[in-house]
Amino acid sequence: MADLLDVKGLETRFKTRDGVVHAVNGVSFNIKEGETLGVVGESACGKTVTMLSLLRLIPVPPGKIAAGTALFQGSDLLTMTEEEIRHVRGARISMVFQDPMTSFNPVLTIGRQLTEPLELHLGMSQTQARERAVELMRMVNIPQAEDRLNDYPHQFSGGMRQRVMIAMALSCTPQVLIADEPTTALDVTIQAQIIELVKRLRDEIGMAVIWITHDLGIVAGLAKRVLVMYAGYIIEEAPVRELYGNPLHPYTLGLMGSLPRLDDTQHRRLVSIEGVPPTLYEKPNHCPFAPRCTYAFERCWQENPLLLPVGVDHRAACWVDVKTGSHRE
Amino acid sequence: MSDDNILLRVDHLVKHFPITRGIIVQRQIGAVHAVDDISFFIKRGETFGLVGESGCGKSTTGRTILQLYRPTSGHVYFEDADLTTLKPEKMRLMRRRMQMIFQDPYASLNPRMTVGEIVGEPLVVHGVAKGAAAEERVEQLLSLVGLNPAFSNRFPHEFSGGQRQRIGVARALALQPSLIVCDEPISALDVSIQAQVVNLLEDLQSQFGLTYLFIAHDLSMVRHISNRVAVMYLGIIVELASRDELYAHPLHPYTQALMSAVPVADPAVEEKRHRIILEGDVPSPVNPPSGCRFRTRCPLAREICAEQVPEWREISPMHWVACHMV
Repeated sequence: MADLLDVKGLETRFKTRDGVVHAVNGVSFNIKEGETLGVVGESACGKTVTMLSLLRLIPVPPGKIAAGTALFQGSDLLTMTEEEIRHVRGARISMVFQDPMTSFNPVLTIGRQLTEPLELHLGMSQTQARERAVELMRMVNIPQAEDRLNDYPHQFSGGMRQRVMIAMALSCTPQVLIADEPTTALDVTIQAQIIELVKRLRDEIGMAVIWITHDLGIVAGLAKRVLVMYAGYIIEEAPVRELYGNPLHPYTLGLMGSLPRLDDTQHRRLVSIEGVPPTLYEKPNHCPFAPRCTYAFERCWQENPLLLPVGVDHRAACWVDVKTGSHRE
Repeated sequence: MSDDNILLRVDHLVKHFPITRGIIVQRQIGAVHAVDDISFFIKRGETFGLVGESGCGKSTTGRTILQLYRPTSGHVYFEDADLTTLKPEKMRLMRRRMQMIFQDPYASLNPRMTVGEIVGEPLVVHGVAKGAAAEERVEQLLSLVGLNPAFSNRFPHEFSGGQRQRIGVARALALQPSLIVCDEPISALDVSIQAQVVNLLEDLQSQFGLTYLFIAHDLSMVRHISNRVAVMYLGIIVELASRDELYAHPLHPYTQALMSAVPVADPAVEEKRHRIILEGDVPSPVNPPSGCRFRTRCPLAREICAEQVPEWREISPMHWVACHMV
């Protein structure tokens, strides 16, 4: 199947008072129709900025997309005119944000905010849009949908707001839904509701989903393929089972070891990754993980490893084969 | 009532926060039932996990135990003294024995104080050490939590989240307490840093025989660190058991739902798991539901659940649960 979205060599930088932040450093990935891609990484690893760059939602300046292409159904998102990208954003690629409290406009009713994209992108009349909005609210299980359209965002609970957010994102039946940590601000029982909802809608609509998270657990049950990001680089990419069964980058390995599991029956000491993630003021000329890596040797300090195939559908950016401890070519 | 092994006993503890109306004459028009009649004990040297979702009253419980909030009713016995009736001066002495680590390492350290001042403050306030002796103790404490003692002249903003949490731990240890209330000490930290702090807490516990009340919403981490675990929902404890017992045989429908909702980082396990998806949201603690508080979301709820408050029963040795259907 053809790639729905094909990103190559994306680089995003931010100019700040303290210097240039290299937030995304040559990220390449693709996603096929109906596929679910998990993007995992800790705070400030560039996972959100990557997605915002694709939709051209980063503020320019201070932000700047320095290099790369992002072909979406054959046309490059990064070089489109403002007018063209506006027809993609929210209509064909839409995004759900982390914080359901701040991503709504507090002075407009939910109904107004839900109908706006429908009128704008699909050219519906007010009455049509309103009918569709009620349908959407029902689709995400909001009780008394009709009445609640007249309510303001603060009258909804966190979980409900996130459900409305999803309804809004899906209102124009997009081909790609980007979910940026949509459950991080929510409790686990509500998180489970949201994940089930997205799974159900994904299968109904047949859209591709990019799910950004720091939680390896969520990705395990949701994604088909996973990217692991660190310091603005993709450092490992594999199908979900392969990644969890056979992690090949020391960082991925460390992340898995540092996670206690609900089904752990024996107490084991957690493997911690010593040190802290790098500041991104300089684009390193060595492996960005080298300062924290227990496998690091000379070459790791001289050359930044490329993301290269290490198995079937499995890519990792590391000079060391963590299985054997031997060095790669 | 005393059992030598019991460090802390919480007896029918209640904490309500009044809701008032009016500016000059404030009339109480209701109360937030943050903690409603909970009882448990913590043994010396153990880690007692308290889990629940946001707003269930777990932090209020921790703070009320330390008398940072005055309880509405009930008693807290710590080393056989009833903290709720202690005179202020006695209470002050008692505070040395119990300390707290806070959730937010950014907000819980004074940005205008150096790390040395922050960690040394408890020593000065309680008149334990001052001058050179205090400085020496601060350096000891910093190296104990894995920070360079030379950092004591730096300010909190110069440190990362994980390092700040270490400063908080050093401050809590300054007076050699026996009980430390850890209020979500790692939830603001990144995964790879969480493990560092948890390992540190475990090391310190075995080194000093500390007792922890570990408050968290992360069930996997609570399983990892605790000996016994209590599950809270809307101001009450619904289930309490030893860690292995609770995770192997959760009895309360809320505990079961909570556990099934936690994702496990293993695609093979995730594929086979059955999720109990709870409907709706947690009700408001201002008007908690009658009878069983969980009944509005409970898949097993019957009539009796609305009429009677379920009894807190010991279903098997050391395994307590409050549910009509168990």
